[in-house]
Amino acid sequence: MSGGLGKLIKTLQIDTRLLGMIGAFVIIALVFHVATGGTFLTPRNLFTLTLQTASVAVMATGMVFVIVTRNIDLSIGSLLGIVGMIMGVIQVQILPDIVGFGSPSIWIITVLAGLLLGAAIGAFQGWLIGYLLIPSFIVTLGGLLIWRGGAWWVSKGTTISPLDPNFIMLGGATGTIGVTASWALAIVGSILTILFLINTRRKHISHGFAVKPMWAEYALGAILVGAICGVTAIMNAYMVPTRILQRRFESEGLEMPEGYTEAYGFPISVLIVLAVAIGMTIIAKKTRFGRYIFAMGGNPDAAELSGINTRLLTVKVFALMGALTAIAAVIASARLGSAGSSLGELDELRVIAAAVIGGTALAGGVGTIYGAILGALIMQALVSGMGMVGVDSPLQNMIVGGVLIIAVWIDIIYRRKTGDA
Amino acid sequence: MSTPLLEMRNISIHFGGIKAVDNVSIDVMPGEVVGLLGHNGAGKSTLIKILSGAYKKDAGEIFVDGKKVEINSPIDARMHNIETIYQTLALSDNLDAASNLFLGREITTKFGLLDDTAMEAESRKIMARLNPNFQRFSEPVRSLSGGQRQSVAIARAVYFNARILIMDEPTAALGVHETAMVADLIKELKAQGLGIFLISHDTREMMELCDRVSVMKNGQLIGTERVEDVTEDDILSMIIMGKNPKRAA
Repeated sequence: MSGGLGKLIKTLQIDTRLLGMIGAFVIIALVFHVATGGTFLTPRNLFTLTLQTASVAVMATGMVFVIVTRNIDLSIGSLLGIVGMIMGVIQVQILPDIVGFGSPSIWIITVLAGLLLGAAIGAFQGWLIGYLLIPSFIVTLGGLLIWRGGAWWVSKGTTISPLDPNFIMLGGATGTIGVTASWALAIVGSILTILFLINTRRKHISHGFAVKPMWAEYALGAILVGAICGVTAIMNAYMVPTRILQRRFESEGLEMPEGYTEAYGFPISVLIVLAVAIGMTIIAKKTRFGRYIFAMGGNPDAAELSGINTRLLTVKVFALMGALTAIAAVIASARLGSAGSSLGELDELRVIAAAVIGGTALAGGVGTIYGAILGALIMQALVSGMGMVGVDSPLQNMIVGGVLIIAVWIDIIYRRKTGDA
Repeated sequence: MSTPLLEMRNISIHFGGIKAVDNVSIDVMPGEVVGLLGHNGAGKSTLIKILSGAYKKDAGEIFVDGKKVEINSPIDARMHNIETIYQTLALSDNLDAASNLFLGREITTKFGLLDDTAMEAESRKIMARLNPNFQRFSEPVRSLSGGQRQSVAIARAVYFNARILIMDEPTAALGVHETAMVADLIKELKAQGLGIFLISHDTREMMELCDRVSVMKNGQLIGTERVEDVTEDDILSMIIMGKNPKRAA
């Protein structure tokens, strides 16, 4: 990197890999914006893009931990399928008879059951890997076949719909929090970000460590708050179509006021992704569990000699992956409003690709949560952009495959240059 | 004679049909350095891995301050203030110095989250003592030199108030200057009253640093000698022929 810019980036302590990924996303977005004649970078399309990315992004954060510990999970697409299907059965065929149709407890019980099931299946696979020492590739390849077959078996191949109306809100297509709540969230997020920056600086000073110059802190704070407000503004700029508003007023027996408008704001599914991203980042950076995951990935023997129970750790990592897959199953089935036996098909490959494009090294020990989420966003931008310009789906797959290989190749060169293995 | 700081008595372990360690007894007094010598495969590393909790012995007893202890895991060993610096250094290459130093014993905040700043501050303190030139605290240890990595491994053992220190080939990967640094450190720790087991192939270095040497061959203890009672040649023949020429005579 050339002198001035490189120095600026170093002073701000911004990850160059993060910059590269944001750059890649911006280029993809601009190219498709031009190619589609100006429809890619519209609030409507960006809103849809985040909805489409949500379920893969949630799973990609878990896949980071799995790959960091030198494992792989090929079963998540099928796991998503069977968990989605069982949640469908619970909310449509079982709970309405017990708690009554439309009861708000339906979605809560359903989601809890799904989380439990996902974590249990994940833990079981983790036990086979950690304690019986069967390679994760084999265990989860078996899982891929077993859980997909199971999903079909639960419903005998039928699609379960319509799902519970409250549950469907979690998919984000109909569940959005509106303009006011979105801005409120943006303000809270901005304040927390600034407090975090201040706290970090204060802590470093109190221990006598070097700190960034004050202007760099201000610049970093401004960039972060700007990003939060920018995304919020985009979400709040996507207006609810007038006829949908009209229908809603009619259903409530009211007259829609002249010139009434309303925007969507953040979809609930995107908020779930945000919560997962923050939670997983805290786990990765600030908890023993996360530290041990990376220690084990870096050197399993060293981790064990330090008294870390790497077998139990493997079980926990796969259980967490299973729970995140259940969250993804909620988002995916709720967005579609139905649970079919092919739900989540090939998702394992999208998720692994997202994690790897996001800088997770298959050799283990290296990976970031934000990278995986950005990786998922880049992949989805590519796929939906190609769909918009009319690339047919076999060619889409070929291009995505090529991009994956090139991305990893660039990553290898980057690591060689920076000395990060 | 006073009670040894640590004693391993009649230790045996076998892997399949092979007796890797066969009825071996060694001990170390406070402020003493005991060298373990022998060919590759003589059983030295296996013996100390039993002490550090990495392997479980099949027979024998371990005493700390004359009291019998059970060591079944690395955590047990640490509880008895037994710290080990492994030949392979046993560092996680992708983590920074402080994360490695505190691995398994992290400092946490009152919310139970990792307190990285506190750990880095503590690391800076101990490194200032062990290796004042060390400055690369925020880089993964992969990018450090052999000597710098070694000082991280040593700092990890020393920081937690080790009483018994096991050093498996601590100077194998080091240059001349760094080797001298480790030798000085061993002397300093010895003066502080630690008991040290030192494994090395370098007999001259062992003669200089150790008070006593125990020689092993094919899993058995050939003998333990005070260094002032033997010559380097005596040691070599114990290693190679499995007997001390002076005693045999």
